[in-house]
Amino acid sequence: MAASGNKRKSGDKYSVLLPTYNERENLPLIVWLLVRCFRDSGYNYEIIVIDDGSPDGTLEVAQQLQKIYGSDKILLRPRAKKLGLGTAYVHGMQHATGNFIIIMDADLSHHPKFIPEFIRKQKEGSYDIVSGTRYSGNGGVYGWDLKRKLISRGANFVTQVLLRPGASDLTGSFRLYRKDVLQKLVERCVSKGYVFQMEMIVRARQLNYTIGEVPISFVDRVYGESKLGGNEIVSFLKGLLTLFATT
Amino acid sequence: MTKLAEWLLALSVLGAAWVTLNFNLLGLDLPPPLQQLLWPLPVYLLVVFGCYSLATIGYRVATFNDCEDAARELQQQISEAKRDLALKGLKF
Ligand SMILES: Nc1nc2c(ncn2[C@@H]2O[C@H](COP(=O)(O)OP(=O)(O)OP(=O)(O)O)[C@@H](O)[C@H]2O)c(=O)[nH]1
Ligand SMILES: [Mg+2]
Repeated sequence: MAASGNKRKSGDKYSVLLPTYNERENLPLIVWLLVRCFRDSGYNYEIIVIDDGSPDGTLEVAQQLQKIYGSDKILLRPRAKKLGLGTAYVHGMQHATGNFIIIMDADLSHHPKFIPEFIRKQKEGSYDIVSGTRYSGNGGVYGWDLKRKLISRGANFVTQVLLRPGASDLTGSFRLYRKDVLQKLVERCVSKGYVFQMEMIVRARQLNYTIGEVPISFVDRVYGESKLGGNEIVSFLKGLLTLFATT
Repeated sequence: MTKLAEWLLALSVLGAAWVTLNFNLLGLDLPPPLQQLLWPLPVYLLVVFGCYSLATIGYRVATFNDCEDAARELQQQISEAKRDLALKGLKF
């Protein structure tokens, strides 16, 4: 209890942004894990759910969760229709009261148990950004077949060669940012989808922000449909080449 | 400078060096064995880089961690969470 008291007094507050689209089954689970993680580690936090009018009733579940955990811990910032991930972060951030922002997927691919490690890492090097990485140290994935591993490693290799970004996982979206840093980055980023996450790191380097890394295990979604599909490789390559030519 | 410009710069410097030596523009008399090596050097380098890339990617795919434990732990926590949330009155 004494330890957690100290952490609260440190004045840092962590706003977790959870963008959701059809995550009715996952949202309660991720929120439960988050609440437990923050309760055990004692950091001050809030969870901001940005639902984009999910037809499966994600928002209704979020309202139930707000009743259970309190409206100071669970904030709902829904939007009427699906407007994409990038703008969801901007929208959520406008309502964030923390001085740090944690961005993660709501589909249980990103486990809250890594958040205390992110925070420790941030404090250790006073980093502007801490990025989870599947590609180094004990990081890894679960539920990926050979083809997906090959595409992922191949894309990562090409990106490393062309952009030399100084971070090992560019397309991951489990990260901790200083709020003002995230604000500046989001203003500058123009791309969508996977490339958006990549551009954030590239722009961060341009602006001389410091980046720390924490290995994470990425467990493929158990519930729900994958939404980024189809021609994602083509749009990834286009985005990569655009960054290559313009940054 | 953009990454593209960096690449173009580096490639043109290397290319110019190659042309200069290969066509003996400076009048240096390189020994014949060296001249014979110089002519196909760009192709060699390309092949070496290609092999390095394939080997690196292959190795990284083969050693990509499978987080079985993380998946199992998550499954347990999901059941625990569902039980607890049901107690707290959540209707799934
Ligand atoms: N608010 C909002 N959230 C979104 C939108 N698209 C995706 N999301 C959420 O963003 C997170 C990441 O999306 P995912 O569909 O999991 O994308 P992914 O991880 O690349 O792909 P899979 O896990 O294979 O489905 C999840 O929490 C989604 O619910 C959107 O348009 N608006
Ligand atoms: Mg996902």
